[in-house]
Amino acid sequence: MATIETFYDVMRRQGITRRSFMKYCSLTAAALGLGPAFVPKIAHAMETKPRTPVIWVHGLECTCCSESFIRSAHPLAKDVVLSMISLDYDDTLMAAAGHAAEAAFEETIQKYHGNYILAVEGNPPLNEDGMFCITGGKPFVEKLRHAAEGAKAIISWGACASYGCVQAAAPNPTRATPVHKVITDKPIIKVPGCPPIAEVMTGVITYMLTFDRMPELDRQGRPKMFYSQRIHDKCYRRPHFDAGQFVEHWDDENARKGYCLYKVGCKGPTTYNACSTVRWNEGTSFPIQSGHGCIGCSEDGFWDQGSFYDRLTTIKQFGIEANADQIGMGAAGVVGGAVAVHAAISALKRAQKKTQDKVEG
Amino acid sequence: MSDPHAPPPEVLAPDAPRLTGDATAADLESLRRRTSVYVYEAPVRLWHWLNAACITLLIVTGYLIGRPLPSMQIAEAYDQFVMGYIRFAHFAAAQVMTVMFFGRIYWAFMGNHHARQMFVLPIFSRRFWHELIFELRWYFFLESEPKKYIGHNPLAQLAMFFFMTLGLTFMLVTGWALYAEGAGQGSLPDLMFGWLIALVQNTQRLHTLHHLGMWAIVIFMIIHIYAAIREDIMSRQSMVSTMISGHRTFKDDRPD
Repeated sequence: MATIETFYDVMRRQGITRRSFMKYCSLTAAALGLGPAFVPKIAHAMETKPRTPVIWVHGLECTCCSESFIRSAHPLAKDVVLSMISLDYDDTLMAAAGHAAEAAFEETIQKYHGNYILAVEGNPPLNEDGMFCITGGKPFVEKLRHAAEGAKAIISWGACASYGCVQAAAPNPTRATPVHKVITDKPIIKVPGCPPIAEVMTGVITYMLTFDRMPELDRQGRPKMFYSQRIHDKCYRRPHFDAGQFVEHWDDENARKGYCLYKVGCKGPTTYNACSTVRWNEGTSFPIQSGHGCIGCSEDGFWDQGSFYDRLTTIKQFGIEANADQIGMGAAGVVGGAVAVHAAISALKRAQKKTQDKVEG
Repeated sequence: MSDPHAPPPEVLAPDAPRLTGDATAADLESLRRRTSVYVYEAPVRLWHWLNAACITLLIVTGYLIGRPLPSMQIAEAYDQFVMGYIRFAHFAAAQVMTVMFFGRIYWAFMGNHHARQMFVLPIFSRRFWHELIFELRWYFFLESEPKKYIGHNPLAQLAMFFFMTLGLTFMLVTGWALYAEGAGQGSLPDLMFGWLIALVQNTQRLHTLHHLGMWAIVIFMIIHIYAAIREDIMSRQSMVSTMISGHRTFKDDRPD
């Protein structure tokens, strides 16, 4: 293992100055929510520890996670992490292809058995023995199981690997299955989103490489530092929500004023992600800032909840598409009507009985 | 021409010392046959009315949280708190309701026999099912006269158990799980009910279930209020006033 370079070696080899390296350590500490005292610790770890190898595999996916990842705001983080990953295996980003790539895959698995991190983008389809996703001539599910066997930990990139995403949406013809339902004996960290935010991805991987352990996870297995709060909780339009100032229709006066998008179906209140704090594209913006509600892409089953513009899940069991309020109001109306009819009949019966009593009495 | 203000001839002279001036002989005869039982103790009545007030407030504010009022421009956003107050009222009422629900459970143990009726269903009792069918027949106008009940009739007991005991529990648990989202991870509501979010897949579904629960309670309220007023008029016993005074009075003294 002594032959493996440290992070610092890789950085210096890439022509990065020590000054830039220290800046990177500070930024990483801040991004992970750590105090300034952790900056020298991160620097020390990166100078002395051999880097952790990463294997990055792709199942049923659209590569949007990779696209997001290579657009990380801090170029240094991207370069370092990315170059380290490409040293090992990522069939999309690595220079090698075909048999050479697969040979590198096997070599990494054998050389670093039990030590590498497996990053999974996309998920394996299980129907037809996994024939719906073939990589390197084999069903992806076999490749995943093979790579997972010697992994120290697994990162599920994006909604696909974490929850299934669009390919697992009902009726899910290929039986696309999230990673944690296929690999059950390894620690799995879910980084959902479609795609996840670039800084969240580099943040998670840097944390794991630096501290040699998984970040703290919530109940659903997501890193707490990025997924413990809803978009809504940190949204810059939240004061308009509390004030009761809403966009009523797309492109109305309130939309121009930047009011809350709750009434036009923003799913910020039901979505856990870091978009409203970290934002996208080097902190430029995020959906709500550009005037469109959140569609809840980092939530489990987000394709199966009905429209992107409804805040309640569509209930299909009633034949027509309806939501809880329509069904509830309909049922209350029916019951109210029935009560009125029942009351009328009761009154008639009572009148009848009174007349009868009078006749009999 | 007699004095128009004089009492009618059937009104008794003031020699009936226990009665007020306008009691008639028929009244006296009726009174002789009426009986009363103390059913609902003060904590039960208090719970009923405060709970009803809380539920009403929760339904109105909850609906307005799901479908907010039209946007209003009273002041700058930092000086205006319309949605904030509505949500505060919802959370406050829910917290009061939660405490009272525990108080009601406590009273089921401490109070009289009738205080327990809401929490149990005697499904192994033949009599319960027999009376349930009878009560259903009464509501379908197939019986000419209802039975007399001290506590809830079996149909009411069934409704109370499913809509209040289970229904309120469902609303409290889902509501607190939703509240846990705002309270934050690691908070007490989160530690107690946060697990529910992953159980129902995502919080949008949890919101949906909470909405459906609200409509179930709205339907219960419609039926409950209608049945209470209808039975107050048509049954052989008091209904509405029982929840005010605690006494169940009966309109006849026939045993069945």
